[in-house]
Amino acid sequence: MTDDRQYELPAHEETPGASAAGEPVTERSESVVSGAPVTALAAGLSDGEWHRLHPASPLLKGGIALLAIIGVVVANMRDQLVEMFVPGAGYDDGNPIGLIVENGLIMWALLAVLVTLLALVAGFYVSWRMHTFRVTEEVVEVRSGVLFRTNRRARLDRIQGINIVRPIFARLFGAARLEVNQAGQDANVKLDYVGSSAADDLRREILRLASGTRTASAPGGSHVPLDQNIVDRRVNELLAPELDPDAAEPESVVKLSVGRLIGSIALSSATFVIIGGIVVAVVLSFFRGDALFLLFAFIPAAIAVMGYDVQKFTKSLRYSIAGTPDGVRVGFGLLSTSNETLPPGRIHSVKVSQPLLWRPFGWWEIKVNRASHSSTNGAAGQQNTTILPVGNLTDVKRVLGLVLPDSADETAAVFAERGLVARGEPDDGFTCSPRRAAVLRWFSWRRNGFAISPGAVLLRKGAIWRELVIVPHPRLQSVSISQGPLLRMLRLVSVHVHTVAGPISAQLGAVDRDAAIAFFDTVAQAAVRASGADTSHRWRSSEMAAVSKPAVEVEPTVEDPQHAPPGPPL
Amino acid sequence: MTNRLDLPEATWRRISPKYLVAEFLGLLVTAIVLAAATLPLHLAGWGLAWWATAAVVGAVLIFAIFTPRRLRAIGYQLRDDDLVFRRGILFQRFVAVPYGRMQIVDINRGPLSRALGLSELKFVTAAATSGVTIPGLPAADAEELRDRLVELAESRRAGL
Repeated sequence: MTDDRQYELPAHEETPGASAAGEPVTERSESVVSGAPVTALAAGLSDGEWHRLHPASPLLKGGIALLAIIGVVVANMRDQLVEMFVPGAGYDDGNPIGLIVENGLIMWALLAVLVTLLALVAGFYVSWRMHTFRVTEEVVEVRSGVLFRTNRRARLDRIQGINIVRPIFARLFGAARLEVNQAGQDANVKLDYVGSSAADDLRREILRLASGTRTASAPGGSHVPLDQNIVDRRVNELLAPELDPDAAEPESVVKLSVGRLIGSIALSSATFVIIGGIVVAVVLSFFRGDALFLLFAFIPAAIAVMGYDVQKFTKSLRYSIAGTPDGVRVGFGLLSTSNETLPPGRIHSVKVSQPLLWRPFGWWEIKVNRASHSSTNGAAGQQNTTILPVGNLTDVKRVLGLVLPDSADETAAVFAERGLVARGEPDDGFTCSPRRAAVLRWFSWRRNGFAISPGAVLLRKGAIWRELVIVPHPRLQSVSISQGPLLRMLRLVSVHVHTVAGPISAQLGAVDRDAAIAFFDTVAQAAVRASGADTSHRWRSSEMAAVSKPAVEVEPTVEDPQHAPPGPPL
Repeated sequence: MTNRLDLPEATWRRISPKYLVAEFLGLLVTAIVLAAATLPLHLAGWGLAWWATAAVVGAVLIFAIFTPRRLRAIGYQLRDDDLVFRRGILFQRFVAVPYGRMQIVDINRGPLSRALGLSELKFVTAAATSGVTIPGLPAADAEELRDRLVELAESRRAGL
């Protein structure tokens, strides 16, 4: 079992005097001796010194394989075990263990097992000792490997998100996997595994250092009382709510209700195709007996869809989105839990869309484009770009306020609502396609349009499959307009706002030519202005002046001074 | 009232006319390769084989006729805070990229371009769809432009 005494250290030994003086808080556990790695699990992991991972890491990483090997050995020893307790019971000499016993090789076999075991333990121990990490004011750095050494540094101001995953097996040990996501392919820094509560502290500290604020963070939320024994603490940790109630303001939390989750999964197109197929097959077989085979053709597909749906359901349980001082926290999971914090300004575009079948219920789905690629999937086994699997209009507005703090004000909310549900009146703030675009956009030409709010570009599309794409100005990479021969005949243009790659393509077709040229100019200027004024890589650096304020009360400030709400947009 | 796309009060910098030579040579190679691809039809003794070859070569020829016009449509301008790039006549495209968004500037030179003293400049942002590639720049101009862009990007650096 792991050395649990180390968890009992308080998470933060804060010196209030230091933070009041504007000094960065450097916490040093007493066991730190001149740069030597320490295995402190809860205290002062972000003190700039080298630290080791959770002692159970090798077991957790290779745990499944080890269990499998033990399983094979035990299965082969079954007969010996039976013989041991019930002499004279059936003795089958066909298995390797039986052969060893018969030939008097038992000593050699034991020796071989012992040597292998020792070698494994030694190997794991050495690799664990060589795997160290540290968090400084500027970087997160990991050193690992015994023969082939690897060293990876990640700059704190380029962090795109921090993910904490707790697989069920690791949760039993009180361990968690922490992943620092950076932009680009295979650019993540993984710490698997660290102590469960240490992971939360570490994330808060990394985000505090990255945010550029000099104020000390408040001590972490739920710290398990120290007077409990290991078993009680594990049980408490397992039964604790997925989202710590202290971590976020209750009014910012969006949860998924189970009924709506089941409804949204049942109302997917795949389900309808299967049901439709079965109905057709039944009706056909009613008239012609030999069409019954069609029914059997659909059974495997139906089972596959059902299995997928059940998996989607279990993985979305306890889903919550909440606003924390260091960004949006997305968490989910019943047995294996996972939660990720996205600092402000890390969401490059947002798409709110509505499948046709969800429309009677007023449900929507929100996806985002982000620069990093996490190795763990999001809820429902989907890409973790789906930030709200299903929600009603109230949820959507709240989540939009969380992921785009710039557009959290009243006017932006009105805009978003018009972008979502409006049928498209001539003067609702959106510049829509002209009537002649009806040739290309049969039903949606009234709705098909764009709006430029002080903080973002909004693209509204579709009358049947409604969607709204929002790209915040400071995240915009470039803007283009293009026109092919068909559009030219109609005096129309297609506009495209470029962001990092992801599930969203911010493109809008069939816009009036002059409107598109004006759009091109306005957006190009807004992008330049916003990217110049953007401070979200150090999102709380503006708090430097207000050091005495506790950090928890301060809202994330990615507000662009030039875009501070100047009355209603447009 | 024109239906075509154009930006008001824009003065475009053009690419080198020498690039036309490179394009024509490239098209010639394409024509030869495509014509060679129809060779099996001749060997099989198909009656319409000559028509196939003629169609392929004709298509390349039509493309070649529009090439000078197409190259004249390529232009770029360095505004105060962003680079604007345009291309295309049938399919027009205008892109504006703020300098601060630059991640990488590439200069590529193929053997043909090198013989003509030309370079291709590629401006890469974090978005794969930006797609700003300026072909046919004189080598010295390309390097000067690259240094200028790096300098501008440095003074306006922003995060992702």
